Amino acid sequence: MIQYSYLIPLFPLLGFLINGLGWNKIPKSLAGVIGSSSILASFVVSLAVFVEVLSPSFQGPFVQHYFDFIQSGTLYIPFAFQIDALSASFLLIITGIGFLIHVYSTSYMHDDEGMVKYFAYLNLFIFSMLLLVMGANYIIMFIGWEGVGLCSYLLIGFWFKNHAYTDAAKKAFVMNRIGDLGFLVGMLLVLYHFHTLSYQELFDTIQSSADQTNMYTAIAICFFIGAMGKSAQIPLYTWLPDAMAGPTPVSALIHAATMVTAGIYMIARSSVLYNLAPIALDLITWIGLATALLAASIAIKQNDIKKVLAYSTVSQLGFMFVAIGMGAYTTAVFHVITHAFFKALLFLGSGSVIHAIGGEQDIRFMGGLGKKMPITKITFLIGCLAIAGIPGFAGFFSKDEILAHAYAQQPLLFVALLIGALMTAFYMFRLYFLTFTGSFRGTEEQAHHIHESPKAMTIPLMVLALFSIIGGYIGLPKVISEKHWLHDFLSTAVTEKELHELSHATEWMLMGVSVGLVVVMIALAYKATQKAQFSAAKGLGKVLEHKWYVDELYQAIILTPLNHLGIFLQQIIEKSGIDALVNNIGTSIQWLSTRVRLLQSGIVGSYIFVMVLGIILLLSIGFLSTIL
Amino acid sequence: MPIQYYIFLSLALFSIGVMGTMMRRNAIIIFMCIELMLNAVNLLMVAFSNYWENSNAQIFVFFIMVVAAAEVAVGLAIITLVYRKVNSVDINILNRLKN
Repeated sequence: MIQYSYLIPLFPLLGFLINGLGWNKIPKSLAGVIGSSSILASFVVSLAVFVEVLSPSFQGPFVQHYFDFIQSGTLYIPFAFQIDALSASFLLIITGIGFLIHVYSTSYMHDDEGMVKYFAYLNLFIFSMLLLVMGANYIIMFIGWEGVGLCSYLLIGFWFKNHAYTDAAKKAFVMNRIGDLGFLVGMLLVLYHFHTLSYQELFDTIQSSADQTNMYTAIAICFFIGAMGKSAQIPLYTWLPDAMAGPTPVSALIHAATMVTAGIYMIARSSVLYNLAPIALDLITWIGLATALLAASIAIKQNDIKKVLAYSTVSQLGFMFVAIGMGAYTTAVFHVITHAFFKALLFLGSGSVIHAIGGEQDIRFMGGLGKKMPITKITFLIGCLAIAGIPGFAGFFSKDEILAHAYAQQPLLFVALLIGALMTAFYMFRLYFLTFTGSFRGTEEQAHHIHESPKAMTIPLMVLALFSIIGGYIGLPKVISEKHWLHDFLSTAVTEKELHELSHATEWMLMGVSVGLVVVMIALAYKATQKAQFSAAKGLGKVLEHKWYVDELYQAIILTPLNHLGIFLQQIIEKSGIDALVNNIGTSIQWLSTRVRLLQSGIVGSYIFVMVLGIILLLSIGFLSTIL
Repeated sequence: MPIQYYIFLSLALFSIGVMGTMMRRNAIIIFMCIELMLNAVNLLMVAFSNYWENSNAQIFVFFIMVVAAAEVAVGLAIITLVYRKVNSVDINILNRLKN
């Protein structure tokens, strides 16, 4: 089956072509069927491939060469796919969650006039994402990388008649371009030093020449800049909260479950390189930690249901990068997997809420929705429990693993991460209590309109809720099980760093501390939301509500100076420099020609006279040059 | 006869031709002056040919005479036509193509 893996991206591409080319002919209902079934088909193939990778007979990465993509001099880039444990896991997540979200979208986007176009974009996104994870070299990954960026742009600005939404789309695109530049520079560095971009050749070369640490660090940091943009890390994270302008299923698929984890995938894929660049790993740890804490603190004071989830995503991505920075790549991938389940669930749940009360997104005007939307409420609660890290749910296992690694590495890091995890528990349950418990705070009309979502929306919620519970059992901690299944599975594809082991007693203690504090935070969140009074925030609260004024800071230190520079260049350099130069050349030539024109007098005698003078001149020059 | 005599003679003829071309306004006189210049050159050619005992230059003389004959045929025809049009062969009134 594995040799048919090219079918996996082929189906979404076909779906994109059918829906994209026939966007004004295909009826809406058919578009949903085409879009969803293409993803279902590739999910089935992915599953078969995954089973094959899982079997003990599978040896190392399977690389399938299709054709020569670029061949020029010594540069040789084949179009090839690589299937191994890492890419097979990502394939399952992308197509599996992608399928659920497609099904959900058929109902969510039902009233939208651009539904066919929407499914075309969504399929194109899945196609690009699959290219990203399946490529056997960085160029194929980069094609997918840019493709998902494009689809993200198209889908954030899907409702392009709203100016703020298109601005958000542009912001996402530009921010990603900054990161992509880093990735591109990294690739060029690799190409310059190693003359190959294929993973296997590159990592073989690196392992045999491990002494060029500075160069590895430079490449690793360049790649990480790319990951910063795509995976929304400080300083390039501000696009992700704004990206919530897109339809909610898009936020669930692209800006929570799949695309934003591309950075993690890329670094896990390059683990061999990163293991040899300790400085880059330290940088990743610190940036991930700062992002995790900053975004979590902002999420506490946000009132838009999707913004809270967006900042939560940024924060969770920060956790993953901390894990990567410690060299625990499989832990990061584990968290990617569980996060994909529960964050997609939370986003789809919020979409269900938004759908139910007619587009309202402000949690201050919600409340008490649980009575009328029991399925959404229960699944959302499961998502919240999973992300908060309550034992038994998926998020607990992966987050606990990150915390344990952090404790082994540096107890202070553990404390900082624990604070982040506690903030996560607080803002998620604040969100939950404000939305689903208490009494409704919106208008009469909205209260009348509230209804449970149709089956096409609730079934994906239930499936995701199921996985948010059982998803964690693929990676049980050492204290419970001797065998960490995911770790063993991924170790064929990812080279982990040597990590300190914790004693079982310490690990139990850490778990106990974090779970106890999380429960306390949930109780605090319950207490804080019972007043349900929303006075204007003061002091730190106001700073948090304004997202630490980061957007304003970027405005002040980057945009305003750039704008001023632009105005200066336009008004001064262009107007009185370049324009003046060009215009002066024009007028002086005109002036000169009015003078020169007088030479053509029409008097033949003067022509002859000038001619004779000219001949004499030429002759004397010739004469002089012979005697000199 | 020394070669210098020929050189000075043709120099004189050529200079007369140049001055005439530049100073006279009558188109026919100018025409004759141009012929004078051509023949000054011809004379020089023949003189040098004799001097070097090499007949190559004389070939050129024939060429020049042929070209001059053709030129006279065309030129005189133009001048005749001009005279018919404007009743004058003064070159200074032949500036109607200007502007």
